[in-house]
Amino acid sequence: MLLKFVVKRILWLIPVLLGVSLLIFTIMYFAPGDPARQILGDGATVEAIAEKREELGLNDPFIVQYGRYMYNLIFHGDLGTSYATSTPVSDAIVQRYPNTLILASLATLFMILIGIPLGIISALKQYSWMDKVCSVVGMVGVSMPTFWLGLLLIMIFALNLRILPASGFYGPRYWILPAFSIGFCSAAGLMRVTRSSMLEVVRQDYIRTARAKGQKEGVIIRHHMLRNAMIPILTNIGLQFGILLAGSMVTETIFAVPGIGKYLIDSVNGRDYPAAQSAVLVVSASYCLVNLLVDVLYAFIDPRIKSQYQGSSKKKAKKGVEANGTAEE
Amino acid sequence: MARQKSENKKTSQVGEVWRRLKKNKLSMVGLVIVILVVLVAIFGPWIAPYDELAQNSSERFMAPCLAHPFGTDNYGRDILSRVIIGSRVSLLVGVVATSIATVVGIALGAIAGYYGSRTDNLIMRFLDIFMALPNMVLAVAIAAVMNPGITSCMIAVGVAGIPRMARTARAPVMMVRGQEYIEAATSINASTPRIILKHVLPNAMASIIVQITFSIAQAIITASGLSFLGMGVQPPSPEWGAMLSAGREFLRDYWWVTTFPGLVIMVTVFSFNVLGDGLRDALDPRLKN
Repeated sequence: MLLKFVVKRILWLIPVLLGVSLLIFTIMYFAPGDPARQILGDGATVEAIAEKREELGLNDPFIVQYGRYMYNLIFHGDLGTSYATSTPVSDAIVQRYPNTLILASLATLFMILIGIPLGIISALKQYSWMDKVCSVVGMVGVSMPTFWLGLLLIMIFALNLRILPASGFYGPRYWILPAFSIGFCSAAGLMRVTRSSMLEVVRQDYIRTARAKGQKEGVIIRHHMLRNAMIPILTNIGLQFGILLAGSMVTETIFAVPGIGKYLIDSVNGRDYPAAQSAVLVVSASYCLVNLLVDVLYAFIDPRIKSQYQGSSKKKAKKGVEANGTAEE
Repeated sequence: MARQKSENKKTSQVGEVWRRLKKNKLSMVGLVIVILVVLVAIFGPWIAPYDELAQNSSERFMAPCLAHPFGTDNYGRDILSRVIIGSRVSLLVGVVATSIATVVGIALGAIAGYYGSRTDNLIMRFLDIFMALPNMVLAVAIAAVMNPGITSCMIAVGVAGIPRMARTARAPVMMVRGQEYIEAATSINASTPRIILKHVLPNAMASIIVQITFSIAQAIITASGLSFLGMGVQPPSPEWGAMLSAGREFLRDYWWVTTFPGLVIMVTVFSFNVLGDGLRDALDPRLKN
């Protein structure tokens, strides 16, 4: 049953991604500006532009162009050639993806380290001053534009204290500021989810039982509470990681991180449509994959869900997107 | 005694919600700030101490002082005045974008939820495609097609918000679809649009109102992000995100150029968020922990 569900979800990815590719292709098709003129520059003659348009296949009907793009993508794994650099887009993406992956992972780590402990504290001490401080800090984090926090961090740590570099992505020292600024803003959402999820379990009978049998508080929190409160928390982490894999466009731009987000922005700004289109497609694919993984992961963490699969599996499919209090930049 | 009881009964639903909302201090703070920001936006041109576009080369990069509480920027423009006028731009984008998302989203969500089965499948699967992209990426992609400006910014942020709004509207609609009073309305030959508008949607209102509040907050952040990337509102228009972006170059020596616009974004978004939080608890006490 579980296998059936997983296969179903994976198969469902195909039409969704096809839809995304069509959507993005259509958007880019109607985007203003002539790529041929873009490549050749303003000084090009009308004939040269016409020739270039023919060469790029821009004169073909929409459906032919889309068909060609998909054919190359599916059968040759070809993501197109960048107008700006005349090199394969896939090369650029392969080159940049690791950077985004590092940034996303580290940011997620920061997010977990900040969000979960604060969420646990405010749930255990509900209505205390600590809870209130945590809620306000959490709300501030959700409300803060990531890029503003990034700028403030640059101002303080790079320009004034000069402890950390302000831009580039050449080693762990360069990773800290961008990852922290994303992590902090995302942590707020995670904290709120952790708090409400923990609050649902703290008053359960089995917690009282655990206390009554003299279990240590730390063990109760870790084994009895956290494990049962884990599902929404994991959903949030997964969703957030998915969003971050899509590249934090603004943060990558601020810190000059050569990642997928900055690539996307640069290609959109440079009207480099094949690059932009493929970047969006890759981003969307990784976002969907992470969401799928989260859904599948549930079953392994929570045996209650595994048994649910025996019934209808429809409920689960929705859960991924709905259970979020995520902070997108 | 009897009279008092009957009066208590009369307390309207709105009054009840308001009573519960008033208890939440943080939300009340949010509400006050939201009202303040709206007032500032409306009366901006009369409140702003200087012309937000007036350049003054003798007053470039003045640190915050009495004459310029938020300092001045690289053209000698008063940042406080720019932030005040900018509130009109940012709020307008937030509200219009949310309106687009709300109207289209509710229509789609209500239709999907009310008709169910095939229609529902068609609409929701279509929205799945939009949901396969993170909000910001979708907004960037849509903004890319249009010439950057305030209109493209509103449309991009608005369209990106449609799927979430549709989901918000759909769930409660599905819940009431089978109820007797809907059947009753059908049996007295009420038209479908009338049933959806008068009988079904009011049940979804609570979650929609909450979602609208959060949505405005989200829209302001997304819009300022777009403008920051140069795809939204263009300078010299004093949009908050665009101001942040312009101040980036002067980060080292003139902290106030970026700090204040960002602070204002944060405070505004914060107040919408805490207000939304309070509204959610007040509208549906069952959800409260």
